[in-house]
Amino acid sequence: MRIEQHPILTFPAGKMVKFTFDGKELYGKEGEPIVAALHANGIKVIGHSHNKHRPRGLYCAIGNCSSCLATVNGEPNVRTCITPLCEGMVVTMQNGKGVIK
Amino acid sequence: MKRTDIAIIGGGPAGLCASIAAAKMGAKVTLIERNSTLGGQLVKQTHMFFGSQKQYASTRGIDICKILDNEVNKYDNIEVLTNTTVLGMYEDGVITLDCNGSYKKMLPSRIIVATGASEKYLPFANNDLPGIYGAGAVQTLMNVYGVKPADSVVMVGAGNIGLIVSYQLMQAGVSVNAIIDAAPSIGGYLVHASKVARLGVPILTSTTVKSAHGKEYITGITTVKLDDKWQEIEGSESYLPCDNLCISVGLSPLAELLWQIGCEMKYVPTLGGFVPTRDNHLKTSIDSVYVAGDVAGIEEASSAMVEGSIAGLCASRSIGLTMTDYDKVLADYIEQSNSLRRGPVGDKIRQGLAQVEIGGQTK
Repeated sequence: MRIEQHPILTFPAGKMVKFTFDGKELYGKEGEPIVAALHANGIKVIGHSHNKHRPRGLYCAIGNCSSCLATVNGEPNVRTCITPLCEGMVVTMQNGKGVIK
Repeated sequence: MKRTDIAIIGGGPAGLCASIAAAKMGAKVTLIERNSTLGGQLVKQTHMFFGSQKQYASTRGIDICKILDNEVNKYDNIEVLTNTTVLGMYEDGVITLDCNGSYKKMLPSRIIVATGASEKYLPFANNDLPGIYGAGAVQTLMNVYGVKPADSVVMVGAGNIGLIVSYQLMQAGVSVNAIIDAAPSIGGYLVHASKVARLGVPILTSTTVKSAHGKEYITGITTVKLDDKWQEIEGSESYLPCDNLCISVGLSPLAELLWQIGCEMKYVPTLGGFVPTRDNHLKTSIDSVYVAGDVAGIEEASSAMVEGSIAGLCASRSIGLTMTDYDKVLADYIEQSNSLRRGPVGDKIRQGLAQVEIGGQTK
């Protein structure tokens, strides 16, 4: 969910672009981190760990912790917290280590 | 190979001030930032700063960021490299960079490492569930991108960051169910604690997280009380619902590059973990490497800014540059940094620094 009203901050409307997460069509602001767009759409589970298949999501939001890795446009292990959203991005939940094609 | 006088690694408050100070001395500065924008964690600090007027007290962090950013832009001798990560620092003084996806080498005369810190974590059952976020992550989502991290939050940690972020969550329309802290008393400033307490948020001291609940996503936590020896009190468990657990239990220096180049490091818990030894000009055990900000020991942004200025001045001086009133300006910054650490709040910091300072109070 996006913040509608804030006592200090205003957030520019931005250009909304279409992208997909696991095939589902979603909209997010162009240039915001992929994970922010997913959160705005209520999606917080982004992958599953490779050994025990435990759910994974955001943790540090500054590209440090590798908790929010997903597959983006076929490329695995993309840090969704620091990768800007672009029109037409294909994001898929990453289960396990991912495959480099 | 690209050459520069001073490479500054990290474009947060320390790195920005280091760049400005070095540029004033006439140094050719290369400021390297891994993100697309400068400012480091200032970009999400919507609260007004304390400290002294010289470090922009009563100005919001987001505005300090703009002031410093504008200042950096005024200097032709500062080159800013964004989307650039330093990959390595080598014995011959070369640093290697991933610059927007391309691999580059650079040979600076001096390096100021101002890489900041990352959030600490806490061990408890199910601590890897999605919905358990660092306090900084929560701030990024809501204050930078305008996205609510969750609907109802439990904050772990009643230090300044925990208290301030709790208040900011409420400003964003998120409810804060409780703030818990394992310590027997509130660690942050009373003014921040009263602000959230007035809004009805319970602050539970001597309390920690025993486990998180939820299958794919957090739905609540079990808390447990601690006795005066920090041991769990059996039967004191209690359930708190939440769809986000915000972890604010301190920071640890991002010192990988310092380890790599072989700076002497010491473990000082009050400074956040392993930190480099340095003289009062912020020069490390390696002559060409200076440090500033959280990587040199966890403090507040105001101290990071002053340290940046000191490191910028001294690194430039060490390659033969100077400016009018150099000694006076440097003495003033050193006095400012001492002044920020005075009083009972600075006790632990001063004790910590005493353990890592080389040569004590010189000059």
